[in-house]
Amino acid sequence: MNTELLGVIGIFILTIILAILLGKYIAKVYLGDKTLLDPIFNPIEKFIFKISGINPAEEMNWKQHLKALLSINMVWFFLCFFVLLFQGSLPLNPDNNPSMTPDLAFNTAISFLVNCNLQHYSGESGVSYLSQILLMFLQFVSAGIGMAAAAMIFTAMKERTTEQLGNFYNYFIKSCTRVLLPLSAVVAIILVFSGTPMTFEGKDAITTLQGDHVEVSRGPAAAFIAIKHIGTNGGGFFGANSAHPLENPTYFTNQVELWAQMIIPFAMIFALGFFLNKRKLSNIIFGVMTVGFLFLVVPTVISEINGNPAIEKMGIAQTTGAMEGKEVRFGPAMSGFWSIATTVISTGSVNSMHDSSMPISGAMQLLSMMVNAYYGGCGVGILNYYIFIILAVFISGLMVGRTPEFLGKKIEAREVKIAAFIAILHPLLILSGTALASYFAAHDTAMGYWFNGNATGWLNNPGNHGFSEMLYEYTSSAANNGSGFEGLGDNNPFWNITTGIVLLLSRFIPIIGPLAIAGLLAGKKYIPESAGTLKTDTSIFGIMTFAVIAIIAALSFFPALALGPLAEYFTLK
Amino acid sequence: MKTIFSLLKLTLLTLILFAVIYPLAIYGIAQLAPNQGKGETISVNGKVVGYQKIGQKFDKSNYFWGRPSAVDYNAAGSAGSNKGPSNADYLALVQKRIDTFLVVHPYLKKSEIPSDMVTASGSGLDPNISPQGALIQVKRIAKERKLDETKVKALVESKINTAVVGPETVNVLELNVALDQLR
Repeated sequence: MNTELLGVIGIFILTIILAILLGKYIAKVYLGDKTLLDPIFNPIEKFIFKISGINPAEEMNWKQHLKALLSINMVWFFLCFFVLLFQGSLPLNPDNNPSMTPDLAFNTAISFLVNCNLQHYSGESGVSYLSQILLMFLQFVSAGIGMAAAAMIFTAMKERTTEQLGNFYNYFIKSCTRVLLPLSAVVAIILVFSGTPMTFEGKDAITTLQGDHVEVSRGPAAAFIAIKHIGTNGGGFFGANSAHPLENPTYFTNQVELWAQMIIPFAMIFALGFFLNKRKLSNIIFGVMTVGFLFLVVPTVISEINGNPAIEKMGIAQTTGAMEGKEVRFGPAMSGFWSIATTVISTGSVNSMHDSSMPISGAMQLLSMMVNAYYGGCGVGILNYYIFIILAVFISGLMVGRTPEFLGKKIEAREVKIAAFIAILHPLLILSGTALASYFAAHDTAMGYWFNGNATGWLNNPGNHGFSEMLYEYTSSAANNGSGFEGLGDNNPFWNITTGIVLLLSRFIPIIGPLAIAGLLAGKKYIPESAGTLKTDTSIFGIMTFAVIAIIAALSFFPALALGPLAEYFTLK
Repeated sequence: MKTIFSLLKLTLLTLILFAVIYPLAIYGIAQLAPNQGKGETISVNGKVVGYQKIGQKFDKSNYFWGRPSAVDYNAAGSAGSNKGPSNADYLALVQKRIDTFLVVHPYLKKSEIPSDMVTASGSGLDPNISPQGALIQVKRIAKERKLDETKVKALVESKINTAVVGPETVNVLELNVALDQLR
């Protein structure tokens, strides 16, 4: 028990230390400075750019960045959609898994494209090895897209007036080759030697010790699982995701996978400090995020260790905590910690089934995704936080009666309007989706084409917990997270299409918004810091940002949380 | 049009790098790993009886049992039960598991049963149980197999995996393979 918690705390601290080093490296990569890996990657990147006819030195303005980002995503969507649609007849399908229905292919393609990895299929029976590898490709590039967007914002924050914000393709390729690829390779090799399979052979048929016949799914899993975490994607190779004993064989691999999903989101924040030479700013941001994270993680770990009060009443020993949906080799503290790490950072891989978590843990998991700005996914985490900074600057500016400025640029009506729109979009998508689904479930509507049967049929649990299942699915989609209260029957046109739309809107609009704000600000006149400037790298401003985040999340989501996990908590007492 | 072509070419090249070269490199390295990266197996008399990491169903009374599984230990379709903590049907099921466990182990007090023995795992394929979960089955096994109880207990204790950090575990398949060899 104690050593389990020790392992959790140890890996968290180690990640922070390594993230500072990696952050320095990432800043160097984006600045174009010399790094150790230059001799390997310079020729590869040169070759890629030469063949594609792209000039990586060509400067782009924010609109050109956006255009490039959106068009390449479109190409990937169609590629992935059609492969999934016809995977049954394409090669590399030793288990003869069927092709996807159009609505499932739509949902799956989008969900991997937007770095969410909401999976409405089960890895063992739902996809071929070819599809797995293609999805793995999207895990690389979607993470690269997020990081490239963040790199553009870093460039825009520099103290100067310019429209020239670096080259999108340059940032994108370098993020993939110089950060994601080497880190993934390291993690994959650790996994392979810890028992995760990496084979192209299909299912194995064996007779067990007591004489049952069993088929065992395998596959090229290690390579996939590495980038799934490094790129904060979270899509599992097997149905049970990182709870599966081949996907996450030991407590040690669990620590490695936990490290792998936290390292880049942490490092990106430090990278900002190194890139702008404003270490204090990034330390304050990291501090605010860590305080927020601890507020979420501590109650979760405690409630998982304490176990289920209803089972406590039955008189058995809950010395190992709440074990439903958990694996013995991880235990409740590690599972609880992971469940918040994976929801705060938009990974969404699970090492325990969140549907069976204690009510307080469920509330914290939901809240992590509702806030969606503590650490956050590869690159996009800092984009989300950027929106809250803009709002905090504006509000504090009004409070002290000074012109709101951030890093020497005036924040005016246009930027604040965009920021406010992005901040409202998140609750809007989550709550309207949940309202729609709950309406159908409450009336037990016959769904026709949209769902095979009446609407309550998609729930795996009654009452408040059933409501939480629907709330979780839309929250996870809107946060581009990808974890789920997996009891929900979600592989049907209703859930595939509605969450697919939420996924698209909640990925690209929150990228477009911050890019536009940063681009607009970069073009404005630079005002050097004076006595009248509101300082943004102080703890007071950090608290201010924290308050803005707390108020927006608490006000918009508290009623929904009260109906779901909080109500369940009080019924269990 | 020119952009479309360069985007397609960029996609193709990145596909080769990330979806061909990267997995093949890992596949190559996996050839050095245990069982060439096909998953470690456990054999008895040269016959594969299971995967070391994957739990299998044990419901015969002369074997140690693993945890309840929502998918009946189907290793080609992992999943948890996804039952919420307040679900009445679920709680009734746990109560039934406790009652059944007490019928088969009449010598036990309720408070000796650890929760992992009556709750379904996350993957449905958990290969492990807690040491307590194994120790409480010793008396039953010894009786079934007409073995000395202290010998069986010593076997369980020798199969408890401890690490510097992390919970103590017992791999049920490894334990049962060793049990079969116990005379």
